[in-house]
Amino acid sequence: MKFRNFLALLVVGLFAIVIFQALSVTPQAGETAVNKFGQADLRNRTASRYLNKNVNTENEEVIYQESADLESGSANIVTSVVANYRAFDTLGEITVLFLAAAGISVVLNLEKTKKRLFADKEASLILSTGIKLLFPLLLLAGTYIFVYGHLSPGGGFQGGAVIATAFLLKMLAEKDFKINENTITLVESAAGIIFVGLGLYGLVSSGSFLQNFMGTGTVGQLFSGGIIPLIYIAIAFKVGAELTNIVKNLIEA
Amino acid sequence: MPLISSFLILIMLTAALAALFFEDLLNSIIAAGLVSLIAAVLFYFLKAPDVAMTEAAIGAGLTTAIFVLALYKTERGES
Repeated sequence: MKFRNFLALLVVGLFAIVIFQALSVTPQAGETAVNKFGQADLRNRTASRYLNKNVNTENEEVIYQESADLESGSANIVTSVVANYRAFDTLGEITVLFLAAAGISVVLNLEKTKKRLFADKEASLILSTGIKLLFPLLLLAGTYIFVYGHLSPGGGFQGGAVIATAFLLKMLAEKDFKINENTITLVESAAGIIFVGLGLYGLVSSGSFLQNFMGTGTVGQLFSGGIIPLIYIAIAFKVGAELTNIVKNLIEA
Repeated sequence: MPLISSFLILIMLTAALAALFFEDLLNSIIAAGLVSLIAAVLFYFLKAPDVAMTEAAIGAGLTTAIFVLALYKTERGES
């Protein structure tokens, strides 16, 4: 057996031990020691707190623009789930999107000869003039959607998609419009590092990954919700860069 | 409101069937985009504006464009 295979077996074994330890529950007095797979005891889990909690017990009533220092602090309840309680899932989702974008660029760049799509055709006057007007407005709309993600419907994914659409239209309208590959890589990596960095800071300062370590402020104001807006801005830049990369590869490669 | 919803669902079903049975793939893509667009409107009626925005931006907008670009990079025709 090669040394590398042995090492892989060791890593997989350690990983399995960790997973089984996470799944097994400390038995209470008088309970059976072994839990069947998928029938774990909920009482000692973090999830039980979220299953049994009620917004009105601790804070009486949540009043827009008045209630301060709430647990999540986001006026949009979907955002407080996506970017706070289930932020780890969101990290996985944007990683999946990154892998899809990376796969598309690998497959499309297999051939050495690059031929830009619609290179021999000039865009019509309506398209090119319209995009000249629409491009900054679309960027502004996308930015608004993700900056106000914790107050109104919308957020990082939607804002990033709108920004990617703006770049798609710009690439269709102007033949010599090029986006630097390194810029996309830089924006995408920096956003990912900021996301994971915020999570790690929460782990160090408060004890759990992606813990909301900043003060949540007054509900309904722009500067509220602690790390929720910061995480959503990072998500927006990451999603926007990934989707722009997919579109750019489809057009240029 | 139920009348508008059922009318939209009827259009959505027709568009979905049309996407299946069109000979030209470009027509199929446009019909699939119409399905996404009406789904976004229905999500808004069901008081899920976040999902509606995602469906409109990604489902109706970007996915249709990506499908059209992919179609132009491959052979155009049936199936």
